[in-house]
Amino acid sequence: MSKAGIIRAVTFFGILALLPLGVKPQWVINLLIFTLMYSTLASSWNLIGGYAGYPSLGHAAFFGFGAYFIGIIFESSIGNGYNPFLILPLVGLCAGLISIPIGFIAMKTRKDVFAIVTITLLFMVQTLAYNLRAVTGGAQGKGVAVPPFDPANFGRPFYYVMLILLLVAMSISFYFRRSKIGLSLAAVRADEDKAHGVGIQVTAVKLIAFALSVGIASMVGGVWGYYEGFIYPQFAVDPLITIGMVLMTFLGGRATLWGPVLGAFILVPAQQYFAYEFGATQFYLLAYAAIFLIIMLVLPRGILPTLTDRIRIKAKIAVEANK
Amino acid sequence: MHLVIQALILGSLTGGVYALMASGQTLIFGIMKVINLAQGAFVIVASYLTFSLFQMTGLDPFLLIVITTPIMFILGVATQWFLLKPLRPDDAAELSLLVTFAVALGLEGALSLFYKTTLRSIMPGYENHSWTVWGYQVNEVRFYAFLLSIAMLGILYLLLQKTKFGRSVRATVQNPMSAQLLGVNSKAVSAFGFGLGVSTTAAAGAVFGLITPFNPGSHYDLISRLLTIVVLGGMGAIGGSVIAALMMGVGAALVSALASPIWSDFTFFIVLLLVLLIRPRGLFGAKVRGAL
Repeated sequence: MSKAGIIRAVTFFGILALLPLGVKPQWVINLLIFTLMYSTLASSWNLIGGYAGYPSLGHAAFFGFGAYFIGIIFESSIGNGYNPFLILPLVGLCAGLISIPIGFIAMKTRKDVFAIVTITLLFMVQTLAYNLRAVTGGAQGKGVAVPPFDPANFGRPFYYVMLILLLVAMSISFYFRRSKIGLSLAAVRADEDKAHGVGIQVTAVKLIAFALSVGIASMVGGVWGYYEGFIYPQFAVDPLITIGMVLMTFLGGRATLWGPVLGAFILVPAQQYFAYEFGATQFYLLAYAAIFLIIMLVLPRGILPTLTDRIRIKAKIAVEANK
Repeated sequence: MHLVIQALILGSLTGGVYALMASGQTLIFGIMKVINLAQGAFVIVASYLTFSLFQMTGLDPFLLIVITTPIMFILGVATQWFLLKPLRPDDAAELSLLVTFAVALGLEGALSLFYKTTLRSIMPGYENHSWTVWGYQVNEVRFYAFLLSIAMLGILYLLLQKTKFGRSVRATVQNPMSAQLLGVNSKAVSAFGFGLGVSTTAAAGAVFGLITPFNPGSHYDLISRLLTIVVLGGMGAIGGSVIAALMMGVGAALVSALASPIWSDFTFFIVLLLVLLIRPRGLFGAKVRGAL
């Protein structure tokens, strides 16, 4: 890790760790929780969608799985309120294990088939959430017990857990960039046949990336469900959550460490602002779609890669000029 | 037994409608190698168009297809021309799928701003009529829809087999590079092909609106069914997608008759996974890697 990188990471996480101590208004904490949530989701999506180039459209299925997992276990009693957080690694593990057979089948052929299977999975899980009424409460939703946290700082525990999850997601993302697995994924992304030809265990690395990715997404879902206190199928397994992660990763820059986080820090506050100003939820969809199309047509590689390229070119010009 | 045969009748009639939507989807994939995730949304757009035109003019929804087909065609051409064509060739493969997803969301958003999310149905007055043939119910609308789908598929077949445009399309599907070398204008073929694929949703949308209540979110129900049909039939094989649509229509109707309607959608997902596991190129898919 370069020195500048360490400074960047320590400053970023240091400021975020201290922020709730200084900032009191509930709405700010709420906004920050959602920003962290999407930063983590986008970072986790980036593991499979960015590094491996396999665009998953079904992450919301695993997000919802995590939410219902926590909701079902802690429906009535919650103890001191911290138990759901301790269960999270188990949630992630289960989601990761479930993802392996699905990923194995879906990633056998082509990248667009993977997108087909994952988007179908999303709707199947939503159908399950509606239909398995005995377990999920169906359309009536599922309540989670309210934790005995101090009302003045109610959001704080959720905030810190989201921050820890973001740290986990970004650490994996960082590790992916330099390690053998990350390089293997980059090779898969560039040309899978050649990667296979030079002896990379393509199936294994793809499955690891997918399992880690959805594992984190499911843990975030668990925290979200607990924080919301009520889980409805249409919000827990929502295509908008998937599109949110994809959009933020694309905006910031795919296959970069900070891109997904940057995307989330731009889009989540913007989204909340628009919701506050204009109200209509239908407007979201249209705005999301419009931003998405603009990014893909104008800035297909995202902010960070475009910027780094600009800086590199400028530096090169400066070096040439000095010669 | 009565139940099974009734399900078979209902399933093949519904399957005919899916065949129409899926053949458009397959055509688009065949020409451009793009999976159009917005096909379901285009169907719903067509349903709303028919709904509004029917309310305004009072004309029969089946007649309105004459008006809606060109509109959907133009919408398709515009989508390809303004959103898919400008993508840079090196990211096109990865991005075009997401572009169509964004188009689907945008259409859903636009429809929900305009029509809100209440469920609508197109009700020309005969939507619940049915004939009784040897004790089995044959729904009138579904029967007409089935005939219409066959007619539209026939037109599509003639267009692809007998016209110059159809020849260029088939050449592009087989080998884009050689087609271009032989003087096929691949840009025009892509745009018209996409438009043609989307224009099949005009008839499909009218029929969908007649047989099911719909709202802007209904395209989600359609898209996973359509994708399963396309994968089962073999991507790029139009005949395959028609047969797959009939099979899935019957399969889903059987599951919903024998188990519960709740699980009929699940049939699609299970079939999708099984096809990918056992025969990834689908029933009639080509062996070449480019076509899956």
